[in-house]
Amino acid sequence: MADTSMPHSDGAPGWIRRNRQALAPALFLLPGVLFFLFYVIFPILQSFNLSFYRWDGLGDPVYVGVDNYVELLDDRAFEVSLWNNFKWLLMYLLAIPAGLAIALFLNQNVFGIRLYKSLFFFPFVISQVVVGLVFSWFYDPTFGLLNQILGFFGLGTLNVLGDPNLVTYGIIVAGLWPQTAYCMILYLTGLNAVDPEQVEAARLDGAKGLKMLWYVIIPQLRPATFIAFVVTIIGALRSFDLISIMTNGGPFGSSRVLSFYMFEKALSEYGFRMGYGAAIAVVLFLIMLCFIAYFLWSMYQEEKGGR
Amino acid sequence: MFPRPIEKSSPAWAATYQALVPMALVLWLLPLIAVAVFSIKPDVDFTSGNYWGWPSAFKGFENYGKVFFASDMPRYLMNSVLITVPTVIGAVALSCMTGFALGVYKFRGNLLLFFMFVAGNFVPFQILMVPVRDLTLDMGLYNTKLGLVLFHVAFQTGFCTLFMRNFIRALPFELIEAARVEGVAEWRIFWFIVLPLMKPAIAALSVLIFTFIWNDYFWAVVLTQGAESQPVTAGITSFNAQYRAAYHMMSAGSIVAALPPVAMFFLMQRHFIAGLTLGAVK
Amino acid sequence: MNLLKGTAAGFAMAVGLAASAQAADLSGTLKIFSDMSNPAPRAVMEKLAADFDALHPNLTVELTVIDREAYKTQIRNFLTANAPDVANWYAANRMRPYVSAGLFEDVSDLWAEPAIADNLASTKGAMTLDGKQWGVPYTYYQWGVYYREDIYKELGLEEPKDWDTFKANCQKIIDSGKKCFTIGTKFLWTAGGWFDYLNMRTNGYDFHMALTNGEIAWTDDRVKQTFANWRELIDMGAFIDNHQSYSWQEALPFMVNGDAAGYLMGNFAVAPLREAGLTDEQIDFYQFPAINPDVALAEDAPTDTFHIPSGAQNKEAAREFLRYVTSADVQTAINAGSALGQLPVNASSSVDNDEMLNQGFEMLSSNSPGGIAQFFDRDAPAEMASVAMEGFQEFMVFPDNLDEILDRLEKARGRVY
Repeated sequence: MADTSMPHSDGAPGWIRRNRQALAPALFLLPGVLFFLFYVIFPILQSFNLSFYRWDGLGDPVYVGVDNYVELLDDRAFEVSLWNNFKWLLMYLLAIPAGLAIALFLNQNVFGIRLYKSLFFFPFVISQVVVGLVFSWFYDPTFGLLNQILGFFGLGTLNVLGDPNLVTYGIIVAGLWPQTAYCMILYLTGLNAVDPEQVEAARLDGAKGLKMLWYVIIPQLRPATFIAFVVTIIGALRSFDLISIMTNGGPFGSSRVLSFYMFEKALSEYGFRMGYGAAIAVVLFLIMLCFIAYFLWSMYQEEKGGR
Repeated sequence: MFPRPIEKSSPAWAATYQALVPMALVLWLLPLIAVAVFSIKPDVDFTSGNYWGWPSAFKGFENYGKVFFASDMPRYLMNSVLITVPTVIGAVALSCMTGFALGVYKFRGNLLLFFMFVAGNFVPFQILMVPVRDLTLDMGLYNTKLGLVLFHVAFQTGFCTLFMRNFIRALPFELIEAARVEGVAEWRIFWFIVLPLMKPAIAALSVLIFTFIWNDYFWAVVLTQGAESQPVTAGITSFNAQYRAAYHMMSAGSIVAALPPVAMFFLMQRHFIAGLTLGAVK
Repeated sequence: MNLLKGTAAGFAMAVGLAASAQAADLSGTLKIFSDMSNPAPRAVMEKLAADFDALHPNLTVELTVIDREAYKTQIRNFLTANAPDVANWYAANRMRPYVSAGLFEDVSDLWAEPAIADNLASTKGAMTLDGKQWGVPYTYYQWGVYYREDIYKELGLEEPKDWDTFKANCQKIIDSGKKCFTIGTKFLWTAGGWFDYLNMRTNGYDFHMALTNGEIAWTDDRVKQTFANWRELIDMGAFIDNHQSYSWQEALPFMVNGDAAGYLMGNFAVAPLREAGLTDEQIDFYQFPAINPDVALAEDAPTDTFHIPSGAQNKEAAREFLRYVTSADVQTAINAGSALGQLPVNASSSVDNDEMLNQGFEMLSSNSPGGIAQFFDRDAPAEMASVAMEGFQEFMVFPDNLDEILDRLEKARGRVY
């Protein structure tokens, strides 16, 4: 380094000293940015490029223009996956009110509450692979706990993961379990920061229960809600592990989502269509881009307001 | 405080609440409790249809003994450690620097670079699948722990930079200004002034990244293939293939696989929650 | 005479010496990737590697066993990036992507050697693509109906020889409160087995091959006839409920517990059935009966294989290993009932004296005049197989969707071939 003669780096050549304010950030950024460009940004562009090729991953790619996209338009499996992605997006958002509800329920000072809070949060730290296994046993048509309970109430049996109309919801419920825990912890911390004076003032004005929640508490929880929204949307669009573990996309492809379908097309047992997989990835990316743009815009607004 | 503190309510409601919480907890964790009970059952309970009843005998030692001594599980666990720890170190180190650069300096394109990291972090990572797999193959790193580590470090840098940069922004800028006036070199400012202040962020981030990487399944499936390099999330599927329909073994295996991040969470709870919520309450 | 004998003995000795001299020459490492991950096959593969290692003192054999399901997706990665010297795979069209991409070594030279040419002739076709051979087989196994002999006795049923008896048996089983067949279609291919048999029995082997080769429309009336036959069974309630949620192993308990009386499967199902406690008095095997009396019986008998990746480092040792696993004695040993429990491909090998293996061997060698197919996902190209088997699964759950399914398959056919 040039700055060996510390603390007063008189020995540094003039040029470096003069441009230190500009050089330093460049050097600090370099490794991180290079890594990120190499492994994230560059591959995104490659995926775009690859989506115009037909390639089995083994031989040489053949340029086919927009053929992959044209084929997507009337691929029923793609349609099913896209539709399921929307189900995921919508249903997954339930984690936010559910998380808030549990946070409100637990936001008390009683004996052992800290332990309770961490135990409620527990599902979030378990790998989705294990969550998937646990829930597929829960749903198992022969011995699953769900059917035992339904049977106990005389409600007959359900094969949740074998029914094309139920399967996606069944998996989403499994996904909601850790996601709700996540939102809960966000809200618990958010509730700590709620201004007690405002609450007291509102109480004096006679605000109670839901009204208080809606007009006083929730507005103050905005930052927590924003983060919860972001992580839930991302989680919904990335969903892969649970589907892969619980149903492998079945029955007959009814539980696929885009991220799973593209894995299936590109890299699974019978999938040799890298280009087609990339085209699906691009579509998923474009959906995500709407949200990313929104997130960045909100952050930008905040930056402008800040320092 | 909302809702109204329980100690200000009627004693009857307070008592009800005290009873309600553990009940809700049991209900909430029911699937997990079931698996825990599964894992100590003898196999005869499953063949005789006693899935949800009390274990007819305690076979916890036998089942877990088999997981540790008669399967590849220890290797998978070791792989997970060897993948997770370097990733945490690498990603945190890189992002301390990027976060510092983006949080402290004003230069053209600062916000743009920052947004690049943020956007990259939000990308559905499946879009990277095919190119990253090819890249890893070309570098001869397919099916190595190193290949997985390098990718994880790069991808996690996005999230970590977001985190670190926001943290550094909240630090008192005057300290840095004062040091500059003194003529302290930039890297010394980073090393001796900012880094010590970042300790809580580093702790929080490390715990968080540890869980994320430990629980990764997708990239483990895409970039590795066998017991010599697969982490435990992927290994558990092979383990399950080996013990197909032997629910007691699969449960024991799952619990073993899930335990390290859980332990991490309980030991480092404060940091973990601080990490998760740093953005929410800044 | 004596002189001649002596010469012959001397010649044999010389050959033996030559062989061992050649063997001693092998050195370095031989990397083997295997998909034989289930307990019994794994032991076989480990012994095979150890024996070969012991046979060649200067050679180190390195064996990596990969989970059988995971192997199917990982082979393409290691073939391009990190090629072993020998790898397991499957015969017929399943080889095609790797052969087309030049990732498998042409081993036609081995097939020119008399030891292989004479003894393995029966599978030469399955190993041939574009006029060359790309690997060697080490085992094959019959498919057919494994059934609960005790339940059949109890209900007074005979092994069916024709479709009507087959259905009548099934009706009696259903009337007794059981299911005729267990099946787990979660991973789709098991439904492919049913389609193979129903289609080969309805339309014959040549038609089936033409269909898997993309030469016949899926919307063809003859294909629809196959599905109509299938539907008869579905409408009777022949198959267990919720089969779409089970893997083939998870479907086994239905047969073990006596809730289902039979299982259309490959011979590899016998080992877990026995392990689960069924005795040979309780299980037996029959050939899938004729449906259309005008077509010759044909069977599925998938062949599992060894290949040399083109990127192999030690091809000399790999070739020697291929010679080794195709030799008569080794094939006898690895396919024994106590080992793989399957059929040796080498014509000079002997089939282990096992009830199921004997029946299977008998059936394949003398009662399969129509031909021998590999299996749906080996005969059809990968993409067609995956779309089609998904369709079969859907058909088994919602037979009413047939027309829609067939349109979809037809569209896939237009694209794939």
